Amino acid sequence: MIGANGAGKSTLLRTIAGLHRPVAGTIQLDGSDITHLPAHRRVAAGIVMVPEGRRLFPSLSLEENLKLGSTRSRSGAWDLDRVYQLFPWMAERRGGPTVHLSGGEQQAVAIGRALMANPRILLLDELSLGLAPAVVQRLYDMLPALLATGMSILLVEQDVTQALRVSDWAHCLLEGRIMLSGRPRDLASTEVEAAYFGLSKRAVGGGG
Amino acid sequence: MVWVNAIVQGILLGGLYALFACGLSLMFGVMRVVNLAHGDFAVLATYLALAIITGLDVPVLWSALVVAPLFGMVGYLVQRFIIQRSLDVSPVTTLLVTFGLSIVIQNGLLEGLSANSQSLPSGSLASASFQVNSQLSIGYESVIVFAVAVVVLVCLQLFLSRARLGREVRAAADDQEAATIVGVNVRHVYGVTAAIAFATVALAGVAFGMYSSFNPAAGPQRLIFAFEAVVIGGVGSLWGTLAGGIILGLAQVLGSQVDTSFGVLAGHLVFLIVLALRPNGLIPARLS
Amino acid sequence: MTDTAAVGGRQRVTRSRRSAAWGALVGVVVVAILFSLPYLVYANVTGVLVNLFILVSLATMWNLLAGYAGLISVGQQAYIGVGAYAVFVLAGDGISPFLAIPLAALISALVGLPASFLLLRLRREYFAIATWVVAEAFQLVVVRSNSLGAGAGAPLPGMVGLDPALRQAFTYWAALAVAVAALLGTYLLLRSRLGLDLTAVRDNEVGARSVGVRVVRAKRIVYLVAAAGAGAAGAVLVISQLFVQPTAVFTVQWSAYMIFVALIGGLGSIEGPIVGTVIFFLLQQTLADRGAWYLIVLGAVAVLMAMWVPRGLWGLISDRFGIRLFPVGYWLHGMNPPATGPGPKTESPQA
Repeated sequence: MIGANGAGKSTLLRTIAGLHRPVAGTIQLDGSDITHLPAHRRVAAGIVMVPEGRRLFPSLSLEENLKLGSTRSRSGAWDLDRVYQLFPWMAERRGGPTVHLSGGEQQAVAIGRALMANPRILLLDELSLGLAPAVVQRLYDMLPALLATGMSILLVEQDVTQALRVSDWAHCLLEGRIMLSGRPRDLASTEVEAAYFGLSKRAVGGGG
Repeated sequence: MVWVNAIVQGILLGGLYALFACGLSLMFGVMRVVNLAHGDFAVLATYLALAIITGLDVPVLWSALVVAPLFGMVGYLVQRFIIQRSLDVSPVTTLLVTFGLSIVIQNGLLEGLSANSQSLPSGSLASASFQVNSQLSIGYESVIVFAVAVVVLVCLQLFLSRARLGREVRAAADDQEAATIVGVNVRHVYGVTAAIAFATVALAGVAFGMYSSFNPAAGPQRLIFAFEAVVIGGVGSLWGTLAGGIILGLAQVLGSQVDTSFGVLAGHLVFLIVLALRPNGLIPARLS
Repeated sequence: MTDTAAVGGRQRVTRSRRSAAWGALVGVVVVAILFSLPYLVYANVTGVLVNLFILVSLATMWNLLAGYAGLISVGQQAYIGVGAYAVFVLAGDGISPFLAIPLAALISALVGLPASFLLLRLRREYFAIATWVVAEAFQLVVVRSNSLGAGAGAPLPGMVGLDPALRQAFTYWAALAVAVAALLGTYLLLRSRLGLDLTAVRDNEVGARSVGVRVVRAKRIVYLVAAAGAGAAGAVLVISQLFVQPTAVFTVQWSAYMIFVALIGGLGSIEGPIVGTVIFFLLQQTLADRGAWYLIVLGAVAVLMAMWVPRGLWGLISDRFGIRLFPVGYWLHGMNPPATGPGPKTESPQA
């Protein structure tokens, strides 16, 4: 899900996660209506968000942050050991606070926390925000491994090139409407640019 | 020796205040709610204990075992159905609504019961004391209350730091929205927090009843003492609350050594000075 | 969702002058009728009205604090007490208690000034309880002072020799004058520059600060005005009761009255406290022989209103009929209903 600042990407993600109630329309998961399901129960249904800005809990230790992710965990492969396997450095710093971690490390903890719930759909909001390019690269390199475990990822990103590189399907959002959808390899860069900046006259999809 | 006695009494009184204040501190730390009916719920608990003691002819300590869990349930319901709704309107509304509750409880007690002061019949405990020497004696009652306060604080601390639900409480206190998206039912967690707070309020109500006489209008002053202890000790810090309670207790007891009517005023003055110097309390700390 | 860019052309901004003129006319007629009441009815009626005027004044002042400046005080009884004792002291020095009322208001504001420097630094909850503690501290100081009659209280000097009928009429007019002054003062204050500042602060304190609103100064003015108003009401109270006693003037019950009246009538409107006071008195008279029940019912109603009808009865009335007797806001005429934008409703996007 790409789009400029204020296009409504984060709002869409937060609505799917249950933090906002949609004014119109429904949200369906595997055909069942979850529009009125409270946010915490959507976690149990398999929708888990990594929020913009990480939002770790400062009075909890790193491991407590991760454990909190399994509050409404579905059964699945992800547990503390598996997260520590994915991010070996965490095991050594499990008892410490998260406020001293670097931005990239905090983002990793936030992802680990979300994985602990064994999501079917992982919502990633502005994964690259405020992080150094090398760190962003490492986080993105990890995504195929996550997809290989069978989960879907809905990624919101301002960094268009990065996002198109990893995704199977892309939507471009402008002022709350989907302007362009398609497989990244089928989308011409001029087309994407037009949709991104609102130069295109034709809207492709409906409002969300 | 008069002063040593006063200091010992002040510290023990501080235990009572801490027991009473920790619920207020917990609710403020987690939900940012100051329950202005805190003192009146304590008075309600005291009357309930009195009814149990006289009705079932059981000792004081037994009544606490009934009143505390009952108040836990009351707290959960009050949070879910009254305070949460007020929070959803605005933070200011919680102040107005709990203030309204305070007046309703106070006058309800006044209508249902007599305005006269009463006290809990604490039996043999009331007069028993450690005789340290000819001038210094320490009542069992106040020592028991102090011990209960410390035990409650330790349990709360352990609950918050070790228990799974305690972790959820801390997470909800840190960041309500983030807690929601990791699957914490924040409203339930708030309810549990209020339940714990109300259970401690009930214990404190029974303890207050053992310490001194009470009447339906005693609530507001107790609320003020509790809030003073919380602010002096630092909001959200349980051990700070104990320190705050002790400082308040000392100020009151030492103040009344100077002049009997100066005790409570001395406590208020310490509170106002602390507010003037440090509007966020002496030990600003996170909840843990 | 007001599209400010659309203002201009067919739209115009007014201050509902017609409504203000009607309000003024109604106000003058009502005040004239109320003024002549001592000539028309028995003293027991005016006696009840004295209490009503005291409560209107108090609730109006509390509404100014809470509804406009966002300051939730549960300690305005501090200034009721200061006003009452100021009249007591001044009357002891030979000043007529009636002439002492404005002085009592001034003294209350002066006492409030140092307190405001402590209190206005505090956040919401701290402010609320600190105001309460200040009131308690004032009471304890009075109780310790023998010259003020200590805990037992003392009769108000300077009232002997006055014909009872005349005294009651004077008391009534004094109470009416204080109530009118409180309402008119609040109205003028809110229509002044300060009213705009307060509205800006209420809507967005940080934003108001950034456009140069002196937030603390605005709040301090309101706090001092409210202190003066409560002091004047306290002065009238002690004159009507002829006796001053700490527990009667410093009781938190006064805060309960003010808050309940303002909540039921409607916070943030000048009319609200008037409506609330009338309801308060109807309830109190109906349940007169049932002890404190009126307060229980009133408290329960106020709690429910705060939770479910935050703008109170007047909010319901003015929404329904579109009337405002004391218009302090601005009106935008000729607006089309705002187009509903796509996407979900945002819930405060700023962190």
